[in-house]
Amino acid sequence: MKLLYFAWVRERVGKPEEEIDPPPNVRTIGELMAWLSRRGEEYAYAFENAKVIRAAIDHAHVKPDTAIAGAREIAFFPPMTGG
Amino acid sequence: MAVRLQREDFDIGAEIAELTQGRTDIGAVATFTGVCRADNEGHRIEAMTLEHYPGMAEAEILRHVEEAQARWPLFGVTVIHRYGRLVPGDNVVLVVATSSHREAAFAAAEFLMDYLKTRAPFWKKEERAGAAGWVEARQADDAAAQRWRQAGRRPGAAE
Repeated sequence: MKLLYFAWVRERVGKPEEEIDPPPNVRTIGELMAWLSRRGEEYAYAFENAKVIRAAIDHAHVKPDTAIAGAREIAFFPPMTGG
Repeated sequence: MAVRLQREDFDIGAEIAELTQGRTDIGAVATFTGVCRADNEGHRIEAMTLEHYPGMAEAEILRHVEEAQARWPLFGVTVIHRYGRLVPGDNVVLVVATSSHREAAFAAAEFLMDYLKTRAPFWKKEERAGAAGWVEARQADDAAAQRWRQAGRRPGAAE
Protein backbone atom coordinates (compact mmCIF):
# COMPACT_ATOMS: atom_id res chain seq x y z
CA MET A 1 0.00 0.00 0.00
CA LYS A 2 0.97 3.60 -0.54
CA LEU A 3 1.62 5.86 2.46
CA LEU A 4 1.48 9.65 2.27
CA TYR A 5 2.72 12.13 4.87
CA PHE A 6 1.82 15.80 5.18
CA ALA A 7 3.02 18.93 7.00
CA TRP A 8 5.27 18.20 10.01
CA VAL A 9 4.68 14.46 9.77
CA ARG A 10 6.21 14.62 6.26
CA GLU A 11 9.10 16.77 7.47
CA ARG A 12 9.89 14.43 10.36
CA VAL A 13 9.68 11.23 8.28
CA GLY A 14 11.77 12.97 5.63
CA LYS A 15 9.74 11.94 2.59
CA PRO A 16 6.29 12.71 1.17
CA GLU A 17 5.32 9.13 0.27
CA GLU A 18 6.45 5.53 0.11
CA GLU A 19 5.24 2.02 -0.66
CA ILE A 20 5.08 -0.33 2.32
CA ASP A 21 4.15 -3.93 2.95
CA PRO A 22 3.36 -4.31 6.66
CA PRO A 23 3.18 -7.79 8.23
CA PRO A 24 -0.28 -9.39 8.59
CA ASN A 25 -0.43 -8.75 12.34
CA VAL A 26 -0.63 -5.01 11.62
CA ARG A 27 -4.38 -4.69 11.24
CA THR A 28 -5.43 -1.16 12.21
CA ILE A 29 -4.32 2.44 11.72
CA GLY A 30 -3.10 2.52 15.33
CA GLU A 31 -1.10 -0.68 14.85
CA LEU A 32 0.34 0.70 11.61
CA MET A 33 1.54 3.85 13.41
CA ALA A 34 3.15 1.69 16.12
CA TRP A 35 4.83 -0.48 13.46
CA LEU A 36 6.06 2.56 11.53
CA SER A 37 7.48 4.14 14.68
CA ARG A 38 9.78 1.11 15.09
CA ARG A 39 11.28 1.53 11.61
CA GLY A 40 13.81 4.18 12.60
CA GLU A 41 14.54 7.37 14.47
CA GLU A 42 12.75 9.61 11.97
CA TYR A 43 9.58 7.50 12.26
CA ALA A 44 9.83 7.33 16.04
CA TYR A 45 10.05 11.15 16.05
CA ALA A 46 7.15 11.59 13.62
CA PHE A 47 4.85 9.25 15.54
CA GLU A 48 6.06 9.95 19.09
CA ASN A 49 2.72 11.53 19.97
CA ALA A 50 0.44 9.27 17.92
CA LYS A 51 -2.69 10.61 19.62
CA VAL A 52 -2.46 13.94 17.78
CA ILE A 53 -1.86 12.43 14.34
CA ARG A 54 -4.85 12.09 12.04
CA ALA A 55 -5.24 9.47 9.33
CA ALA A 56 -7.16 8.97 6.11
CA ILE A 57 -7.77 5.83 4.07
CA ASP A 58 -8.45 6.38 0.38
CA HIS A 59 -9.27 10.08 0.89
CA ALA A 60 -11.63 9.67 3.88
CA HIS A 61 -10.91 10.44 7.55
CA VAL A 62 -10.58 7.34 9.76
CA LYS A 63 -10.05 6.56 13.46
CA PRO A 64 -7.07 4.68 14.97
CA ASP A 65 -9.12 1.48 15.34
CA THR A 66 -10.08 1.41 11.63
CA ALA A 67 -8.88 -1.71 9.79
CA ILE A 68 -6.35 -1.13 7.02
CA ALA A 69 -7.25 -4.26 5.01
CA GLY A 70 -7.94 -3.34 1.38
CA ALA A 71 -6.58 0.21 1.68
CA ARG A 72 -4.81 1.52 -1.43
CA GLU A 73 -3.61 4.81 0.06
CA ILE A 74 -3.16 5.74 3.71
CA ALA A 75 -2.22 9.27 4.77
CA PHE A 76 -0.91 10.55 8.11
CA PHE A 77 -1.01 14.23 9.01
CA PRO A 78 -1.37 16.73 11.88
CA PRO A 79 -4.71 18.33 12.80
CA MET A 80 -5.84 20.47 9.89
CA THR A 81 -5.39 24.25 9.79
CA GLY A 82 -6.95 25.36 6.51
CA GLY A 83 -9.73 27.86 5.89
CA MET B 1 -21.71 23.09 -7.30
CA ALA B 2 -18.08 23.92 -7.80
CA VAL B 3 -15.08 23.05 -5.62
CA ARG B 4 -11.73 24.36 -6.81
CA LEU B 5 -8.24 24.28 -5.35
CA GLN B 6 -5.82 26.66 -7.00
CA ARG B 7 -2.65 28.69 -6.58
CA GLU B 8 -4.15 31.74 -8.30
CA ASP B 9 -6.28 34.42 -6.72
CA PHE B 10 -10.05 34.43 -7.29
CA ASP B 11 -12.48 37.15 -8.37
CA ILE B 12 -15.39 37.28 -5.93
CA GLY B 13 -17.63 39.24 -8.31
CA ALA B 14 -17.03 36.78 -11.13
CA GLU B 15 -17.78 33.83 -8.83
CA ILE B 16 -21.07 35.41 -7.70
CA ALA B 17 -22.01 36.16 -11.32
CA GLU B 18 -21.30 32.55 -12.25
CA LEU B 19 -24.00 31.42 -9.78
CA THR B 20 -26.55 34.16 -10.41
CA GLN B 21 -26.49 35.14 -14.09
CA GLY B 22 -29.65 34.37 -16.03
CA ARG B 23 -31.62 33.46 -12.89
CA THR B 24 -34.47 35.30 -11.17
CA ASP B 25 -35.21 32.81 -8.38
CA ILE B 26 -32.21 33.68 -6.17
CA GLY B 27 -33.04 36.00 -3.29
CA ALA B 28 -29.84 35.68 -1.27
CA VAL B 29 -26.14 35.35 -2.02
CA ALA B 30 -23.89 34.85 1.03
CA THR B 31 -20.14 34.98 0.57
CA PHE B 32 -17.30 34.43 3.01
CA THR B 33 -13.74 35.35 2.11
CA GLY B 34 -10.83 34.28 4.30
CA VAL B 35 -7.81 36.60 4.04
CA CYS B 36 -4.18 36.11 5.13
CA ARG B 37 -3.53 38.27 8.24
CA ALA B 38 -0.24 39.95 9.10
CA ASP B 39 -0.35 38.81 12.73
CA ASN B 40 -1.16 35.67 14.68
CA GLU B 41 -1.42 35.96 18.47
CA GLY B 42 0.97 38.87 18.58
CA HIS B 43 3.51 37.50 16.10
CA ARG B 44 4.14 39.29 12.84
CA ILE B 45 3.60 37.00 9.83
CA GLU B 46 5.64 37.66 6.69
CA ALA B 47 4.01 34.93 4.63
CA MET B 48 2.39 31.55 4.92
CA THR B 49 2.51 28.44 2.80
CA LEU B 50 -0.59 26.30 2.51
CA GLU B 51 0.02 22.60 1.93
CA HIS B 52 -2.88 20.36 0.93
CA TYR B 53 -3.65 16.73 0.16
CA PRO B 54 -4.63 16.69 -3.52
CA GLY B 55 -7.57 14.41 -4.17
CA MET B 56 -8.71 14.19 -0.57
CA ALA B 57 -9.11 17.96 -0.19
CA GLU B 58 -11.56 18.11 -3.12
CA ALA B 59 -13.37 14.98 -1.92
CA GLU B 60 -13.71 16.20 1.66
CA ILE B 61 -15.00 19.65 0.66
CA LEU B 62 -17.44 18.07 -1.79
CA ARG B 63 -18.81 15.78 0.94
CA HIS B 64 -19.58 18.83 3.08
CA VAL B 65 -21.09 20.75 0.15
CA GLU B 66 -23.42 17.78 -0.38
CA GLU B 67 -24.28 17.77 3.32
CA ALA B 68 -25.03 21.51 3.17
CA GLN B 69 -27.32 20.92 0.19
CA ALA B 70 -29.15 18.22 2.13
CA ARG B 71 -29.60 20.53 5.14
CA TRP B 72 -30.63 23.77 3.46
CA PRO B 73 -32.53 24.68 0.27
CA LEU B 74 -29.60 25.98 -1.79
CA PHE B 75 -29.46 26.82 -5.48
CA GLY B 76 -25.70 26.88 -5.81
CA VAL B 77 -22.48 26.61 -3.83
CA THR B 78 -18.93 27.52 -4.84
CA VAL B 79 -15.89 26.79 -2.67
CA ILE B 80 -12.40 27.91 -3.70
CA HIS B 81 -9.36 27.25 -1.51
CA ARG B 82 -5.92 28.49 -2.48
CA TYR B 83 -2.63 26.72 -1.76
CA GLY B 84 1.02 27.67 -2.06
CA ARG B 85 2.71 30.76 -0.64
CA LEU B 86 0.48 33.66 0.39
CA VAL B 87 1.33 37.02 1.92
CA PRO B 88 -0.78 39.21 4.26
CA GLY B 89 -3.69 40.71 2.38
CA ASP B 90 -3.98 37.77 -0.04
CA ASN B 91 -7.28 35.94 -0.38
CA VAL B 92 -7.15 32.39 1.02
CA VAL B 93 -10.62 30.87 0.76
CA LEU B 94 -14.00 31.73 -0.73
CA VAL B 95 -17.43 30.25 -0.03
CA VAL B 96 -20.47 31.43 -2.00
CA ALA B 97 -23.96 30.06 -1.27
CA THR B 98 -27.18 31.07 -3.03
CA SER B 99 -30.76 30.46 -1.93
CA SER B 100 -34.23 31.99 -2.03
CA HIS B 101 -33.77 33.49 1.43
CA ARG B 102 -30.89 34.68 3.54
CA GLU B 103 -31.14 32.19 6.43
CA ALA B 104 -30.13 29.20 4.33
CA ALA B 105 -27.40 31.10 2.46
CA PHE B 106 -25.81 32.47 5.67
CA ALA B 107 -26.07 29.16 7.51
CA ALA B 108 -24.63 27.10 4.66
CA ALA B 109 -21.66 29.44 4.23
CA GLU B 110 -20.91 29.34 7.97
CA PHE B 111 -21.34 25.56 8.15
CA LEU B 112 -18.96 25.06 5.22
CA MET B 113 -16.31 27.34 6.71
CA ASP B 114 -16.50 25.60 10.09
CA TYR B 115 -15.90 22.24 8.40
CA LEU B 116 -13.21 23.55 6.05
CA LYS B 117 -11.25 24.64 9.12
CA THR B 118 -11.36 21.30 10.90
CA ARG B 119 -11.88 18.57 8.27
CA ALA B 120 -10.40 19.72 4.95
CA PRO B 121 -6.76 18.52 4.64
CA PHE B 122 -4.87 21.82 4.53
CA TRP B 123 -1.97 22.89 6.73
CA LYS B 124 -0.54 26.38 7.19
CA LYS B 125 3.13 27.04 7.74
CA GLU B 126 3.91 30.59 8.81
CA GLU B 127 7.08 32.55 8.11
CA ARG B 128 8.01 34.91 10.93
CA ALA B 129 11.17 37.02 10.82
CA GLY B 130 13.49 34.32 9.56
CA ALA B 131 11.78 31.37 11.24
CA ALA B 132 9.05 29.08 9.95
CA GLY B 133 6.58 26.98 11.90
CA TRP B 134 3.40 24.99 11.42
CA VAL B 135 0.23 26.62 12.69
CA GLU B 136 -1.42 24.64 15.50
CA ALA B 137 -5.07 23.66 15.26
CA ARG B 138 -7.37 25.76 17.45
CA GLN B 139 -9.86 24.18 19.84
CA ALA B 140 -12.26 27.01 19.07
CA ASP B 141 -12.43 25.76 15.48
CA ASP B 142 -13.30 22.23 16.63
CA ALA B 143 -16.02 23.64 18.87
CA ALA B 144 -17.41 25.71 15.98
CA ALA B 145 -17.67 22.62 13.80
CA GLN B 146 -19.07 20.48 16.62
CA ARG B 147 -22.03 22.77 17.28
CA TRP B 148 -23.55 21.77 13.90
CA ARG B 149 -23.80 18.21 15.25
CA GLN B 150 -25.86 19.26 18.24
CA ALA B 151 -29.61 18.89 18.12
CA GLY B 152 -31.52 22.14 18.05
CA ARG B 153 -28.73 24.19 16.43
CA ARG B 154 -29.82 24.09 12.83
CA PRO B 155 -30.33 27.65 11.62
CA GLY B 156 -32.44 27.91 8.50
CA ALA B 157 -32.91 24.13 8.35
CA ALA B 158 -34.65 22.78 5.27
CA GLU B 159 -37.34 20.90 7.17
